[in-house]
Amino acid sequence: MEQKGDFWELRLYVAGQTPKSLLAIANLRKICEERLAGRFRIEIVDLARQPDRARADDVLAIPTLIRRLPPPIKKIIGTLADEEKVLLGFNMKHRSEDDG
Amino acid sequence: MSFPITPDRDQALPKCPSGIQGLDEITDGGLPLGRTSLVCGGPGCGKTVFALEFLARGALEHGDPGLFVSFEERPGDLVQNTASLGFRLPELMERRLLTIDHIRVERSEIEETGDYDLEGLFIRLGHAIDQIGARRVALDTIETLFGGLSNTAILRAELRRLFLWLKDRGVTSIVTGEKGDAGLTRQGLEEYVSDCVILLDHRVQGHISTRRLRVVKYRGSFHGTNEYPFLMDRRGITVLPITSVGLDYAASTDRVSTGVARLDEMLEAKGFFRGSTVLVSGTAGAGKTSLAASFADASCRAGERVLYVAFEESPSQIFRNMRSIGMDLERHHERGLLHMLTARPTLHGLESHLAVAHRQVREVRPAAVVVDPLTSLLAAGSAADVESLVLRLIDFHKSLGITTLFTALSPHGGAPETSVLGVSSLIDTWILLKDIELSGERNRTLHILKSRGMAHSNQVKEFLITEAGLRLLDPYLGPEGTLLTGSARLVMEARERSEEQRAAGEHQKERRRRERRIGLLRARLGALQAELRSGSEELDELDRMETNRLRRATEDRAAMAKSRHETGGKDEHGTER
Repeated sequence: MEQKGDFWELRLYVAGQTPKSLLAIANLRKICEERLAGRFRIEIVDLARQPDRARADDVLAIPTLIRRLPPPIKKIIGTLADEEKVLLGFNMKHRSEDDG
Repeated sequence: MSFPITPDRDQALPKCPSGIQGLDEITDGGLPLGRTSLVCGGPGCGKTVFALEFLARGALEHGDPGLFVSFEERPGDLVQNTASLGFRLPELMERRLLTIDHIRVERSEIEETGDYDLEGLFIRLGHAIDQIGARRVALDTIETLFGGLSNTAILRAELRRLFLWLKDRGVTSIVTGEKGDAGLTRQGLEEYVSDCVILLDHRVQGHISTRRLRVVKYRGSFHGTNEYPFLMDRRGITVLPITSVGLDYAASTDRVSTGVARLDEMLEAKGFFRGSTVLVSGTAGAGKTSLAASFADASCRAGERVLYVAFEESPSQIFRNMRSIGMDLERHHERGLLHMLTARPTLHGLESHLAVAHRQVREVRPAAVVVDPLTSLLAAGSAADVESLVLRLIDFHKSLGITTLFTALSPHGGAPETSVLGVSSLIDTWILLKDIELSGERNRTLHILKSRGMAHSNQVKEFLITEAGLRLLDPYLGPEGTLLTGSARLVMEARERSEEQRAAGEHQKERRRRERRIGLLRARLGALQAELRSGSEELDELDRMETNRLRRATEDRAAMAKSRHETGGKDEHGTER
């Protein structure tokens, strides 16, 4: 699948325990565990508690997922409901096809 | 905030003074307090400056902290681009009276999957508002979100929520929007902002630009509905609430000198009415500027401030030219009494000209304004536009009791009474300067075509521009009753003078002739008297001689008788003794 050794550092911005936030967290965990087992770290930033952090990644939409590693930085917004789209957005699928 | 929120719902809508010059007059106090106003217009219309000035003025003049959220320009660029407007943004940011927050929206970087909302934006705004206690917020321009996010259904719902949220926060806010093809804005923001919508417009006609502002909507408030011209320069935005103020201004009976003594005499020996409108029209070189300058000079010498709007000459040129005819305008300028405003007519649109003059009048507070020449404005707009401008200018000046003197160029050949735009009915005193061509030279005449409210002279005077100033001479009528000026006048005067001299000489000659005759008669009289005298003397001598003879004869006879008696006793005549 993805290149070996690539470590994924992800940051998910949510705002409180809203259904959208919970859904996004669940969807992200599922995708990561399936595709990046052992090679990922997820930081969840709750802007309701840390409003000052919204500025750093120009977060407007909630939920927003940022891929900090591997570069380049990528941004996906929404509940990550469509796995295919997430994979495309993070070039996971693209890369795996290249490798294969 | 400066305007208290009144709990009484029946009260007029509370306002938040924008601090933008002129806008608060149009909107009867400012923007709706605690609400969101939409400011929209095409690119370069001044939306961003409007929003920034709203915050800067709020901070400077009302101590209201402000948050500026820029979706397009970076804070550094904003500060730089508006440095010339005098808002002192860095200072305000240092004093924590202003925060500029740049939100970058790049569609290419964002993938969307699933449901989302803009809670991140709300949190970010809320945090920024809380940090400085912002009371004013500007979002410039929120429509950029539509370029960055593809789900317009979500966006629209979130925008609606945003405006409600801003209202709940109690901040007075401005959102800007780009002019759209169908509606006021591309994304129909006007649907969400129901309280106040202001449209900015930057029109260029014939390479001349004019900025205009219109309050499209202002719920629950009286507001001017016209298009108002506005300026954008080193003093920020200045909206000119120039409309016809109506006819309820007081008419002054106070008089002001024209600067030409004989002209004052023609106007009941007092001059113009203060606050009246004077038109000086004439052909090129008829002396319009000289007369206008003379009026300005007289007002300044009376210690009053004058605003001189010159469209054709620079101040130094006017100073030099007027110095050559004995007027030192520069002195008044240096003393701060004479304010010069010079601009090429085509520099900007008519409305902008009016706006500049308007602002200058507000700043200078002059007793008199000279516009020289009014007809130059025809280069910047149609006759109808110029007339409308003049009407508003006159009304504005009259409401402030300012005496206004316009000069107007009449074309050579045409009837000068009819060619001066359509403003003659607005004019209180109309002075007509004419060139009269006679005997191979041009000379100037002046007469008062009309002067409302006074018994003015109806004579045509000869108008002289001399090194010592302006002079009016009495009319000189030639043999056929025609007005004689210049050399013709001099010739006629010389001819009359020589006639007089000839008559005087004739008299002298006759007088001398008579005197001579009297002298002769006197001489003859003397001679006759002398003759008379000698005649009388001769006569006396004759008598004396006779007397002597008789006496001697008697003596002789006596002696003879004596001798006879001695001899005969009888005298020889036989007479008895």
